[in-house]
Amino acid sequence: MTQTAPSPADNQRTAGEFETLAPSPRELMKRRARNHPGLIIGMGLILMFCIAGIFAPWLAPHDPYDQNLANRLADPVWGPKGSWEHIFGTDALGRDVLSRLMYGARLSLLISFTAAVIAGVIGVVLGIAGGYFGGRVDAVVVYLINVKLALPVILVALSIAAITGGSILILILTLGFLTWDRYAVVVRSLTQQMREQEFILASLSAGATHTRIIFRDILPNLINQIIVVASLDMAIIILIEAALSFLGLGVRPPTPSWGLMVSEARSVMFFKPHLIMIPGLAIFLLVIAINMAGDGVRDVTSPEGRS
Amino acid sequence: MANFFVRRLMIALLVAFTVSVIGFSLLRLSGDLASILAGENATTEDIERISKAYGLDRPWIVQYWDWITKALRGDLGHSLFTHEPVTELILNRIGVTATLAFSSLLFGLAIAIPLGVLAAVKPNTWIDRSALFVSVSGQATPNFWMALMLIYAFGVWWRQAIVFGVKLSEISIFGFQLTGLPISGSATWLHFVMPVLTLGTSIMPSIMRLTRTGMLDVLSSDYIRTARAKGLPSRSVLFKHALRNAILPIVSLAAVQLGFLLGGSVIVESIFALNGLGYLAFQSITRIDFPVVQSILVFLACTYILLTLISDLINAKLDPRVRLS
Amino acid sequence: MNAQDEAVIDVANLSVDISVPAGQLHAVSDISFSVGPGKTLCLVGESGCGKTITSLALMRLLPRSARLSATHIRFDGRDLSKISEKEMAALRGNRLGMIFQDPMTSLNPVYRIGDQLEEVYLRHRGGPRAKARERAHFLLEKVGIINPGQRLTQYPHQLSGGLRQRMMIAMMLMCEPRMLIADEPTTALDVTVQVQILNLLRELQQEFNTAMILITHNLGVVARMADHVAVMYAGRIVEQGTAEQVFRQPAHPYTRGLLECIPRHGQSAHHDKLGSIPGIVPSLVGKIEGCSFRNRCLYVHDGCQSGAIAMQQAISGQNYRCLLAPHEVSGASIAKAENMA
Repeated sequence: MTQTAPSPADNQRTAGEFETLAPSPRELMKRRARNHPGLIIGMGLILMFCIAGIFAPWLAPHDPYDQNLANRLADPVWGPKGSWEHIFGTDALGRDVLSRLMYGARLSLLISFTAAVIAGVIGVVLGIAGGYFGGRVDAVVVYLINVKLALPVILVALSIAAITGGSILILILTLGFLTWDRYAVVVRSLTQQMREQEFILASLSAGATHTRIIFRDILPNLINQIIVVASLDMAIIILIEAALSFLGLGVRPPTPSWGLMVSEARSVMFFKPHLIMIPGLAIFLLVIAINMAGDGVRDVTSPEGRS
Repeated sequence: MANFFVRRLMIALLVAFTVSVIGFSLLRLSGDLASILAGENATTEDIERISKAYGLDRPWIVQYWDWITKALRGDLGHSLFTHEPVTELILNRIGVTATLAFSSLLFGLAIAIPLGVLAAVKPNTWIDRSALFVSVSGQATPNFWMALMLIYAFGVWWRQAIVFGVKLSEISIFGFQLTGLPISGSATWLHFVMPVLTLGTSIMPSIMRLTRTGMLDVLSSDYIRTARAKGLPSRSVLFKHALRNAILPIVSLAAVQLGFLLGGSVIVESIFALNGLGYLAFQSITRIDFPVVQSILVFLACTYILLTLISDLINAKLDPRVRLS
Repeated sequence: MNAQDEAVIDVANLSVDISVPAGQLHAVSDISFSVGPGKTLCLVGESGCGKTITSLALMRLLPRSARLSATHIRFDGRDLSKISEKEMAALRGNRLGMIFQDPMTSLNPVYRIGDQLEEVYLRHRGGPRAKARERAHFLLEKVGIINPGQRLTQYPHQLSGGLRQRMMIAMMLMCEPRMLIADEPTTALDVTVQVQILNLLRELQQEFNTAMILITHNLGVVARMADHVAVMYAGRIVEQGTAEQVFRQPAHPYTRGLLECIPRHGQSAHHDKLGSIPGIVPSLVGKIEGCSFRNRCLYVHDGCQSGAIAMQQAISGQNYRCLLAPHEVSGASIAKAENMA
């Protein structure tokens, strides 16, 4: 042994030349979020629609209900006789398409958000109940999920709409009560997995009540997944509402709904195709944005899912 | 395993029963079905007359019992508008809907599975990204919009389009002239092309993503590494070993999608004027033809339940862990 | 070490680099060894030292992002680092086999045991199927599975961990390989089963004269099984020799540290401290200067900071990668072998 050898104590540094202190999980998540193109684009588009919808009364160039039969089916700004007065032209009753589009955004966002919350509450409650308590409670939850899954969603929604008239509140409730199953399935499965894990047993041994465990241990771990499901749900609700309105049993005229706009333009489809393209494109963009944002949240919060 | 299936059957019957109750009650939820049927200008006598005529004055449970016992014997009542037996109405139209549903499912699977496998084998390449893009777009496209755009493209634009100096509607392939597609009716297989394209593209995204995720998971699993370590050719590893495992959840999803197609074809049938169950249901709902509506609802729900039972059976056949537990 | 032409496998200067976001990760740097027929080489080291990557490199089963380079990997008259994937696939499961750590997940759940065994044989030797079945039956018996006829028709989930591992071994022996690589074959098994599997491997090796590379982090396994030992640290071999040489007179400070960590018979909690090696393994990303062990070494000095550290030969005969002179490293720990075997 050489005399000049340093003692081991000299080597016990906490951050040596080779070591790097790893960033915290939250830091990592933020970093991933910043580098995720889908998440950024999706959120950006959603923000755009939100601004258009929330501030429609101030931003819209015209009143969406204002008919002007003298100026029906005006060309959009890129058409032969178009003007900046009506950027997307006017519909069969002379109403400004852009303004109706913005109010339509308002409606779509309102309906999808509220219905998603209702569906979320129902689904999460049932999912946690079944997953946590198991046994007979779970049997009932599984039975309810199966019943809901067996129902043909569109036909049930149409039936309810047919007998209750065009109330938007009822529409929201219907959509909420028809789409909770995905929440329940996901939450139930996750809760079951969590219940097996040791940190739950530890809490129980320390004397925690079920309520406390559910709210403090289980629920916070579910939030990320719930958000992902909610985004999928919102997207589906927007599509269902558009379909119902298209068939005439969703939102009733003259309220501007994108689906309704497409159906109203159907008769002039062959010579004014833009009247179908534009509202349809709006639906497409909003749904794609919500899906991209939802996928982004899922990728950022559980990176093991990526390849 | 027999035990497992008896239990599943019991649950299925219970669910079917519940659904029949829901389907039966749905149109009666708003309170007075008779007054809705009678219309706005009806007098009290009119309403009473209608009520008696359709047995709507009896207690709910009696009405339900009457209906369900007859239904189990095949008598689903008569349409309020055409007076035809509902059973006949359904049987006449089920062919169109079933054709549409099965064709769409096959079309969707034929595109989704190969695309999903390809995306999984070459992850994060342009192939993968395009597949995901196609999938995301497909999911975001409203059915009715797709249908209308297809009608415009193939029904109208195609007929007058001239590309590179060639009139598209005059091109012939194997003696078959491409004169565009019919936009309504259900007489020939050509009439089904656009509807199948519409419905197929609506279910294709979810199947593709499931295939891709499933394959990615399976391809990174230990037993695939073992298969490679055995020196098996990559074709065998991919199809005999990987896909065989990844296919299990796809079967379940396909069954669910088929159920959805059967029940959700309303829009496509309405737009293309296909005389199927969905279109009948829609017409009956708008006319509050309740015998038809409740029968179709329950019929579709029972079909869905049957499909999930079948998919469970297929799953058990394909997965020995389920079969032998 | 055996003479070159006797060795079943002869690896020279094997390196594996993996592309990661931060740069190039040097998972394995400049590894050389050879194994003779019927002999066992144990690759020892802690998690992350590169032993598994080395085995995957030999089988050419590395992930896409990894790049292999070597002067040569001579096996069966071929150079494994140069042949095509097609040629390599013809060798896998045939001339060389590999057993993995976790038998629970290493078998395909949807096919019968018999099918999975026969598959290897049919792939490399062709039909008829009956011949493959016969061989499968024979091998299942050889690995100690009672009732092989019944087991052949069962599915993996119906077997216990120990049985599955035996089945894996049988599967890799179907085509009489010249070499077997076993990556932690007993780590995932119950302690009682571990000994049985190790004994089985030893018996089979002797009977079929198979060369074996055994990867483990468990020094007890090394003591039981190794003819030769290669101690790995941070992607490099730091000590290499016969089991006797390395255990009796460990030369490299890391090896000595490892052997100190094992509790000795006769130690008491009051007087003796259980050895440990302070510090953590350095990052393998980017250019590596000097000795990788220097931040944890008791004997570090200025010369260790830069330049490549070459192998030297110790007095007892093994090679070690350190700047300390042979006479400075002799006289170290008592052989732990007696306490462990």
